Amino acid sequence: MIFLQLFWVYIKIGLFSFGGGYAMLSLIQNEVVDKYKWISLQEFTDVVAISQMTPGPIGINSATYIGYTAIHNAGYSTGLAIGGSCIATFAVCLPSFILVLIISYYFSRFKQNRYVESAFTGLRPASVGLIAAAALLLMNHENFIDYKSFLIFGAAFILTWKFKLHPVLMIFLAGIAGLVLYW
Amino acid sequence: MYWTLFLIFVRIGTFTIGGGYAMLPLIEREVVNRGLITKEDFIDLFAVAQSLPGIFAVNISIFLGYKLKGIKGSTVCALGAILPSFVIILAIALFFSQIQNNVWVEKIFKGLRPAVVALIVVPCMTAARSAGLTWKTAGVAITAALLIWLVRISPVYIIVTAAMGGLLCKLNIKKW
Repeated sequence: MIFLQLFWVYIKIGLFSFGGGYAMLSLIQNEVVDKYKWISLQEFTDVVAISQMTPGPIGINSATYIGYTAIHNAGYSTGLAIGGSCIATFAVCLPSFILVLIISYYFSRFKQNRYVESAFTGLRPASVGLIAAAALLLMNHENFIDYKSFLIFGAAFILTWKFKLHPVLMIFLAGIAGLVLYW
Repeated sequence: MYWTLFLIFVRIGTFTIGGGYAMLPLIEREVVNRGLITKEDFIDLFAVAQSLPGIFAVNISIFLGYKLKGIKGSTVCALGAILPSFVIILAIALFFSQIQNNVWVEKIFKGLRPAVVALIVVPCMTAARSAGLTWKTAGVAITAALLIWLVRISPVYIIVTAAMGGLLCKLNIKKW
């Protein structure tokens, strides 16, 4: 049953995520943490951190990781958990596959389609809201445990926003800051 | 040919840290400079891949593969793009559950978590800027964020409503 749910959830994530990986986060969080409770919000934050440090799109990374963890936490064997990560990763790509094949057929017509364009006047601001929601959802007591957390948050924000520090470097620095501050 | 395509996308999948758009220059170098498609075709592909739901890098790999070698080609390219992150994350997932409760790992993650939030706030502001938000569209963004955050509405409904709203708005304005 959980395998079917996993498949269905990631089909939905693949089908309804517009505006890139970050906009996808609130959708993943809504399904995986709120609705099905496969992982905790803290674990979810850790997955995002790991995705930032490893190559590849966040959508694939989270599908692989959560597919594994959801099955593993449900008490199944490691082999089945690997199966879970295959299912989630496959499912998140499946809608793209079908859509691309359909659209390749009508390629030139889709490109300047005014309906598509109009839909995007609504989708663009909404996806900004989706990213903002992902940030707001993660600003909670599990992730911000004391004043040091706010210090790290402030420093990370200024370094990436003002000084354009690379996210990977930022993650490494934050890890070191955690080791030092919580010694 | 299939093998070459596969390897190109494995390379793209392996060397891009930080997601979708960071991949773009690399994809362009690999496929345009090798003469697989023209620069104009690439820009068109990019525009369409961007307006489809799902993972941008996967969309572009499927498009390119299909254009060059049909359905088989798109399967090969997509597999190549997915495989590196799949293998790496699976290895981490297998390993992480064992070290998760280690004192040192916990300290590191206490530092990482607030930084992750900052790393989401920044692209949010960049996206707000590049979407060219006006007062009206900023209202859409804020409403969407609040509904998801406080009311815990599924983003699926937000997406569907926003797309329909955009359609209705634009088509009505054109009628006037």
